[in-house]
Amino acid sequence: MIRVVLPAHLRKLARVDGEVEVEVSGVVTTRAVVDALEARFPALLGTIRDHATQKRRPFVRFFACEQDLSHESLDTPLPEAIAKGTEPFLIVGAMAGG
Amino acid sequence: MSGVRVLVGTRKGAFVLTADGKRDKWDVSGPHFGGWEIYHLKGSPVDPDRLYASQCTSWFGQVVHRSDDGGKTWETVGNQFTYAGVPGTHQWYDGTPHPWEFARVWHLEPSLTDRDTVYAGVEDAAIFRSTDGGQSWSELPGLREHGSGPFWQPGAGGMCLHTILLDPSNPERMFIAISAAGAFRTDDGGKSWKPINRGLKSEGIPDPNAEVGHCVHRIAMHPSRPNVLYMQKHWDVMRSENAGDSREDVSGNLPSDFGFPIDVHAHEPSTVYVVPIKSDSEHYPPDGKLRVYRSRSGGNEWEPLTKGLPQRDCYVNVLRDAMAVDSLDSCGIYFGTTGGQVYASADAGDSWNPIVRDLPAVLSVEVQTLP
Repeated sequence: MIRVVLPAHLRKLARVDGEVEVEVSGVVTTRAVVDALEARFPALLGTIRDHATQKRRPFVRFFACEQDLSHESLDTPLPEAIAKGTEPFLIVGAMAGG
Repeated sequence: MSGVRVLVGTRKGAFVLTADGKRDKWDVSGPHFGGWEIYHLKGSPVDPDRLYASQCTSWFGQVVHRSDDGGKTWETVGNQFTYAGVPGTHQWYDGTPHPWEFARVWHLEPSLTDRDTVYAGVEDAAIFRSTDGGQSWSELPGLREHGSGPFWQPGAGGMCLHTILLDPSNPERMFIAISAAGAFRTDDGGKSWKPINRGLKSEGIPDPNAEVGHCVHRIAMHPSRPNVLYMQKHWDVMRSENAGDSREDVSGNLPSDFGFPIDVHAHEPSTVYVVPIKSDSEHYPPDGKLRVYRSRSGGNEWEPLTKGLPQRDCYVNVLRDAMAVDSLDSCGIYFGTTGGQVYASADAGDSWNPIVRDLPAVLSVEVQTLP
């Protein structure tokens, strides 16, 4: 299972507390994790990536294992610790004031 | 005893204010969706417990919520607003072509006859319709594809479709307004649209009498006289007697004819309310006095309504969707400010009281009159 940490606003939207877990079959990539997340929590559709372009929203960041993976290809395999579930995949609302 | 439910959208959440018909004691519920901008909430005229809410942030985009119990609980519905076909370009602030990009829903207008049908006015300007309670949305592209679309340009707040009026006497007729394109009308249920800006004059655009390009801030009608349209434009308060085919300036003795909201008394079709604002660069009331102005003659002659409103050192604004009226026997008027106050008058504007004073900046106010 892949462990995912959502920002507070998205936790509220998904109606969850704390970390969530999603199952990914095959290679564990950012795209696969977000696909699985949206399938389990349809309320998150369109909030992490744009409906039309499927691009990450500008103020959303993807962190894992103390690395910022936001600008990596969505299809790049995530670190092994994410795939094994020993580290969580972090979806973060960028610090941009407000 | 009948009552009212006031739906308030703010920069940081939604609030639901309820009172009985006396409208002197209020229950405040919220914030709902805390931390999110709530541009607009509105209830279905068919089923008052069916509410729709537009929720967004710069971080996570647009979300639409629906309630079936008058705002006690909410469920997330569809948020996919995809323009029909290849959307093309409109003008950017600097006059260069800019692709149409969905930003947010400014206004939700539930159908007069079906609780599951609701219209959405969005930025970049377009109108969408859902017939399944907000789960899915389809654009009515005839508006955006009106020949003038490539020449539309955003106002300071974005190129938003902010007003949708449904004609209760003619289900095929709707009116919408866009900043800064102007007002449009459909007479065929949204298939085709025509600009209804004749008679408007706007300094600051190359042709002050242009067919489109006017910064219309708000339009309003009384359901018993749907051919009479009142308009608060960037500057000027206007009235049309023929569904927008022509207009006349009815700003009369207002201290400033700049402002955002305009609304009509529930039982007196010629009684109109505006909130004058000093200027387009000074978005606060003239002289630091928060005054609603009322005309009982469809414009031209206006009287200030000040009792209970701050008459010194007041520098808030009242945004375009932040005024509404109830339909109790003694018509109630409500408005919210960028300072977080929501004021109510239970006597058609003669006197005012704050329901709440310290909400986040108020973006929208709607009222439901409950049985």
